[in-house]
Amino acid sequence: MSTARTWAVALTGVDGHLIEVEADLSNQTPEFKIIGLPDKSLGEAVQRVHNACKNAGLDLPRRRLTVNLSPASLPKHGAGFDLGIAVATLAAGGSIERRAIAHTVHIGELGLDGRIRPVPGVLPAVFAAARAGFERVIVPRGNEAEARLVPGVEVRAAASLAEVAVWHGADVEVPDVEPVVVAPGAPADSEALDLADVVGQEDAVEALVVAAAGGHHLLLSGPPGAGKTMLARRLPGILPALSEREALEVAAIRSLSGEAVTSLESLPPLETPHHSASVAALVGGGSRVARPGAIARAHCGVLFLDEAAEFSRVALDALRQPLEAGMIEVHRAGFTARFPARFQLLLAMNPCPCGNYGLRGAECVCPPAAIRRYSTRLSGPLRDRVDIDLPVTRVAASRATSGGRAELTTAVAAERVSAARERAVHRWSSTPWRRNADVPGTWLRQGALRLPPAARTPLDRALERGTLTLRGYDRVLRLAWTMADLAELERPGLDEIGRALHLKRGMNP
Amino acid sequence: MAAKDELGRAGEERAAQHLRQHGYTVLDTNWRCAQGEIDIVAVHGAYLAVVEVKTRRSASFGHPFEAIDQRKRRRLWALAFAWRAEHPDLARGLELRIEAIGIIGTDPAVGLLEHLSDIS
Repeated sequence: MSTARTWAVALTGVDGHLIEVEADLSNQTPEFKIIGLPDKSLGEAVQRVHNACKNAGLDLPRRRLTVNLSPASLPKHGAGFDLGIAVATLAAGGSIERRAIAHTVHIGELGLDGRIRPVPGVLPAVFAAARAGFERVIVPRGNEAEARLVPGVEVRAAASLAEVAVWHGADVEVPDVEPVVVAPGAPADSEALDLADVVGQEDAVEALVVAAAGGHHLLLSGPPGAGKTMLARRLPGILPALSEREALEVAAIRSLSGEAVTSLESLPPLETPHHSASVAALVGGGSRVARPGAIARAHCGVLFLDEAAEFSRVALDALRQPLEAGMIEVHRAGFTARFPARFQLLLAMNPCPCGNYGLRGAECVCPPAAIRRYSTRLSGPLRDRVDIDLPVTRVAASRATSGGRAELTTAVAAERVSAARERAVHRWSSTPWRRNADVPGTWLRQGALRLPPAARTPLDRALERGTLTLRGYDRVLRLAWTMADLAELERPGLDEIGRALHLKRGMNP
Repeated sequence: MAAKDELGRAGEERAAQHLRQHGYTVLDTNWRCAQGEIDIVAVHGAYLAVVEVKTRRSASFGHPFEAIDQRKRRRLWALAFAWRAEHPDLARGLELRIEAIGIIGTDPAVGLLEHLSDIS
């Protein structure tokens, strides 16, 4: 009887669990079994490992092989365990050294020819291995760049099983094979989107800058052709660049979606699901494997819902949990996957089904009931979480054709945003919050940060009149603080409060 | 006699010889009943060994042991019990055990021999 063990990684969501791959060789007629809740594709590893070993010139022992994936109660899926299984069985048979593999994590799918194929989710897997204290990880050559993004762990990339076996002391010839690579995804949209392209929408641009500086969720409503989409696409450019940690989280989700990740992106992601998106498309789904949805893919970036009123109600309400908790849980039979989902929500919608309601010089053909119904498509709880509710209008003809570019460029706006964020971080340094949008209202209404009554007058009057709820009151206060940060003021004054009120539709002080 | 039968016969002879060298007492060879045939029945210590012998010219069509699958093993057990029922005097006090011998080589007398004792 002889056993050998090595390590692999199982993923549920972006969480990696280290799995011990145990192979046992017993003196019985040949058989090859994998136990420990493998799914169909993992169960088929038997055939892949068998043929890959043969074609790599490594003979599997002609006895009964049992491979156990422990902890046995955790469901495991995918072909990423192939390499670990092959190495453990070869070690149990004595072709490679047991000690060499005992402290190494193996990730990779095997082809019948013995080549190692890339797998999705290498980044979170290597990350989990590094966090668990492993010093060496062997990954497919096609995932090498991605695995090397993780600091603090030695990454070795192999093109074939023979190559790995030789590292572990096997005596075989390493064939000169062409490594299998991940098909590169569609080239990133490299078109530079500059804020200066937006003409004649000073109000909306300012609102965008405020939203970026304070992390406020934003709703733009206006007729078709007002430039809502154009504005939205320019938001990631003025957000602060991702920190290394955030960039790793973003890349991990990209990797889980099966995209080729070769470098860390510092530009926050922009996710724009189509308005026919289902709940599963937004929150993530899959019956056995949980794939990240649009919400998770917008983590650390912007989730832009164009034509927000056309989304199904259930899909929109699925946003509430992640908006509240900063993460999303996908529950399935047997497992719960958890994805990070701290995103900035950007909604754009028309004022009515035909889009012309309230537009000067155009006629709206919608009956009043339809207009009212349209505006209630966004549920109250969702609207509650949106700090800025700004109507945008079409640009006047004279402005559009004058040929001049707007003065505020993305570079300037990004600088203002990052300066404002720094002021906020400094102010909240003794609290768990970093952005104005995250601070609870009681902190702003009571204690040291309470504004003097003179500055609060318009706000208090709105509250007394009943045009503002207490929650709305808090939201205006948060916006006012962000504006003070942008204006480099110590605390918001009457002017900031007034402008904050203006960013809420129908709120005239 | 067909070539493959000759090979099988030679393999069985080699296996019986191997067993004797290792302290087995061969009781019966090529015992037939309605359910099939047992290649070798031998006694080794407290065990009554029912031995299946597989001979192959080369391993290119699979290892000889690969031919002993779940179905074959079940049949071997059934045969073993049948043999014990026929020969109660010889089998008394002995524990049944299924064994397999695989031989690879064009000449079984000198080919590579592998012996699995106690397969389940």
